[in-house]
Amino acid sequence: MSEIPILKIGDCLLVSIQVDMHDRLAMALQDDLTRRIVQDRARGVMIDISALEIVDSFIGRMLNNIAAMSRVLDAVTVVVGMRPAVAITLVELGLTLNGVRTALNVDRGLAMIRKIIDHGEQDDDRRGG
Amino acid sequence: MIVEADDTMPVRSSDDVVRARQAVRARAIAAGFSLVDQTKIITAASEVARNTVDYGGGGTMHIELLRNGQRRGVRLTFKDQGPGIADISLAMKDGYTTGQGLGLGLSGAKRLVNEFAITSAPGQGTEVILARWK
Repeated sequence: MSEIPILKIGDCLLVSIQVDMHDRLAMALQDDLTRRIVQDRARGVMIDISALEIVDSFIGRMLNNIAAMSRVLDAVTVVVGMRPAVAITLVELGLTLNGVRTALNVDRGLAMIRKIIDHGEQDDDRRGG
Repeated sequence: MIVEADDTMPVRSSDDVVRARQAVRARAIAAGFSLVDQTKIITAASEVARNTVDYGGGGTMHIELLRNGQRRGVRLTFKDQGPGIADISLAMKDGYTTGQGLGLGLSGAKRLVNEFAITSAPGQGTEVILARWK
């Protein structure tokens, strides 16, 4: 078990990362989330990173992995709340988060998940990866 | 150029990487960095610190708060006694990795700072110096 709580809201899982994660914690979260997707039959996963002061290549890889694993398990992942300074740094670092959907905030993220679950994926929504 | 403050800390575990990030943040704030500049040097430090742990077998970070006239900056020196890097130009290439990562650590860190230097040889460890100025 990671120390990061995973909340269930309807058929979605919500994770709000509030701590400066060391690498083992990030790996534990990845494992916990995939387990919970299956256990709770979740269709959507929302990861709130508004409290994260940095996203380095390790955290970026974890977000990519979670998105890829949940896709295989028929769930949609949306990352919300990225800080502007983090976005600027990520692009300069060379990390494009190709396989990860992003939304500005939790409201928009939930709407995006709903839309994809209800109407399926539009080609326009697909961002590779 | 004056060193206004400095400190050395161990970089041996992933907890140390978190502590290194926090120390860099404190110095970047002390140097008066903007939020974006803070984020860039903390992220660069995180990448290099993880390399020190994962590839160098652990080492140290020396952190300095610099003043050059009106300019202030932060310089970080990461040292390990690990196996060293045989081909530095290959290690600096985007996407190249001998481990599990994305291969963006060194090349990405270099893009996030104003000064970057790496010294390494097989069997002689690795030293990476990063500096960012306000």
